[in-house]
Amino acid sequence: MTSAFNPNQVQYIAIAFSWLLFVVILYLIRKRRIKEEYSLMWLLFSLLFIGFSFWRRGLDIISSFLGIAYPPAALFMILLMAVFLIMIEFSMIISKLSDRNKVLAQEIGLLHFELNKLKRKLHKPGKEKKQGTKPQSGNSGAGVKK
Amino acid sequence: MAPNRRAINKPMKQKTTNKILIIIPAYNEAETISALLQAVHKENSTWDILVINDASTDATEELARASMIARVITLPINLGIGGAVQTGFKYAVRNGYQVALQLDGDGQHPVSEINKLITMVLEDEADVVIGSRFNKKKNGVKTHFLRRTGIKLFEWFSFMLIRQQITDHTSGFRAYNSRALAFLAENYPTDFPEPEVVILLGKNNFRMKETFTQMLERQGGVSSIPIAKGPYYMFKVLLAMFMAAIRSRIIHNETAS
Repeated sequence: MTSAFNPNQVQYIAIAFSWLLFVVILYLIRKRRIKEEYSLMWLLFSLLFIGFSFWRRGLDIISSFLGIAYPPAALFMILLMAVFLIMIEFSMIISKLSDRNKVLAQEIGLLHFELNKLKRKLHKPGKEKKQGTKPQSGNSGAGVKK
Repeated sequence: MAPNRRAINKPMKQKTTNKILIIIPAYNEAETISALLQAVHKENSTWDILVINDASTDATEELARASMIARVITLPINLGIGGAVQTGFKYAVRNGYQVALQLDGDGQHPVSEINKLITMVLEDEADVVIGSRFNKKKNGVKTHFLRRTGIKLFEWFSFMLIRQQITDHTSGFRAYNSRALAFLAENYPTDFPEPEVVILLGKNNFRMKETFTQMLERQGGVSSIPIAKGPYYMFKVLLAMFMAAIRSRIIHNETAS
């Protein structure tokens, strides 16, 4: 501990990085790159890190409470916990998404089938008109009126 | 094409007669699909045939459509056998079929046995009838030793979980009544679904019955379970079976008629 380096240096770095994390998350939410509901876990843990980077005694208190001899190890534990929780949340989100994805794909298949059936029915009698031309001209007409 | 379609669709709108749907999930089965559709149609032309083309990259869709026998639903993305079959169940439920039978697209399941399974469901012997490759005395088709061991393990495990003796959990040759269809249209697992579905059905008090069906060697395509993927497959399926067993019952009073 009495060696050449400044023991406060690590604290400055910790404060800088935890703030950076917090600000980056907020920035991404603002840019709608992350949805609010999926950012909660990140914000929570970045605030926790900011807290510990200022309040260094806190880490000692927690590590002695948990019986961890080396306080930085408590930090690693919290860090790992954060990563685990966030990853579990991701697995849940992915599962939900893939389930919804499946339902959508099935509906698309079923609807496409019905659509083809209706199309065939429409075209059966004469096939004299091509669809698309008429509704298109109708559309542009309506546009002109306005 | 159009008049033929109408001829197929006509009986759909009538009542009384039993509406039966043959669901064929197909992923890259161009080699076999045409012959299979012909064979099924020849077996009984009153059955409606539905091919679920699971985003095949070969000519499966074109060939199935060209046969003029089958309705073809093409999925926009590959969902795997579970998602494909479930699409068929949804179609069956929405169009009021009494019985639906699931048949693999690779020609592994003998068309001549379809009627046996359907008849058992129609006579209400069970809600779900499974065509099994095993039989008390003789072994139907030669399966790899490891695969046989796996199937044996499923049998034992599922008996532990739901106390029903099913010998061939991996068989995708199954007939369902409308009640089972309504249930499975809403609840069906995605990959390697067959063993898990047995537990799911047993857990929700559906009656299952097995019947011996002579299975054929696959006519084309590859197994959905390559040997190398065996350990992953076994683990995934056993876990899924266990979870299906400890999950709470899905069916409540309104569906249990």
